[in-house]
Amino acid sequence: MKPTTQKESSPARPTREYISPDVNIYETSEGYVLQAEMPGVNKQGLEITLENNEITLVGHRQAPAVAGEALFRESRAADYRRVFELDPAIDTEKVVARMDQGVLTLTLPKSERVKPRRIKVD
Amino acid sequence: MSSMIRWHRPGLSEWPDLGRLTDLRDEIERLFEAPLGELARTSQLLSGWTPALDVYEDKDAYTIRAELAGMKKEDIEVSLHDGCVTLAGERRPDDTLKDAEVCRSERFFGRFQRTVTLPGPVAVDKVKAHYQDGILTVTLPKTEEAKPKQIEVSVN
Repeated sequence: MKPTTQKESSPARPTREYISPDVNIYETSEGYVLQAEMPGVNKQGLEITLENNEITLVGHRQAPAVAGEALFRESRAADYRRVFELDPAIDTEKVVARMDQGVLTLTLPKSERVKPRRIKVD
Repeated sequence: MSSMIRWHRPGLSEWPDLGRLTDLRDEIERLFEAPLGELARTSQLLSGWTPALDVYEDKDAYTIRAELAGMKKEDIEVSLHDGCVTLAGERRPDDTLKDAEVCRSERFFGRFQRTVTLPGPVAVDKVKAHYQDGILTVTLPKTEEAKPKQIEVSVN
């Protein structure tokens, strides 16, 4: 499982600016776990699309603007977006997404036929 | 021989695991494609975790917002001292994944600390902190004396 380059996903490339979220990807015998950091995004602001073995994560910031004048600002207002190419072993029907305190956790199980199994010797 | 790497307290920041070597190419591609602002963030490699922080002011209060995704409320510390606010805390990796193979590791785990000097006095007992959707918001109401006042002048 790896991120696609912008070139590969150019047909769907949006005209507006996005931030690429930081991700961690783990692999176990059961499947993959992907964590993406999107502070300011909640369940309602999340858009996950699966198409042609590519998964697109988009996070729209939901946090309300703070009243007053900004004295100092490091955060950016742009939404998050990142595209990943999926390992063909992933069972796309069983992908589960969870959002907790600005971290999206995707659980991508491998399909039963590719999971390692012990073969009994008669 | 002198080292050009900035000194940091051992244990305070961990050098992020770059993952497998094959990921290095992806990472380089990502750096070239990233907008310039994103590149500045790679300085995190040298300084540990520096969460983005905003400071706002209106007539009644100062508001500090920090992007702290995926923390537990009890791991966040907010303290006030000598006109400064310090936000600190520790983010821990998910224990259930400690045996999994790491394919990509861009998130930072460990401690962070940031201090902001407040531009004016605040009512210490009325400070409130709120953590939601990975954003910490600290509201620091100004003291009555520090609020702007309108003085009515009657002209006869």
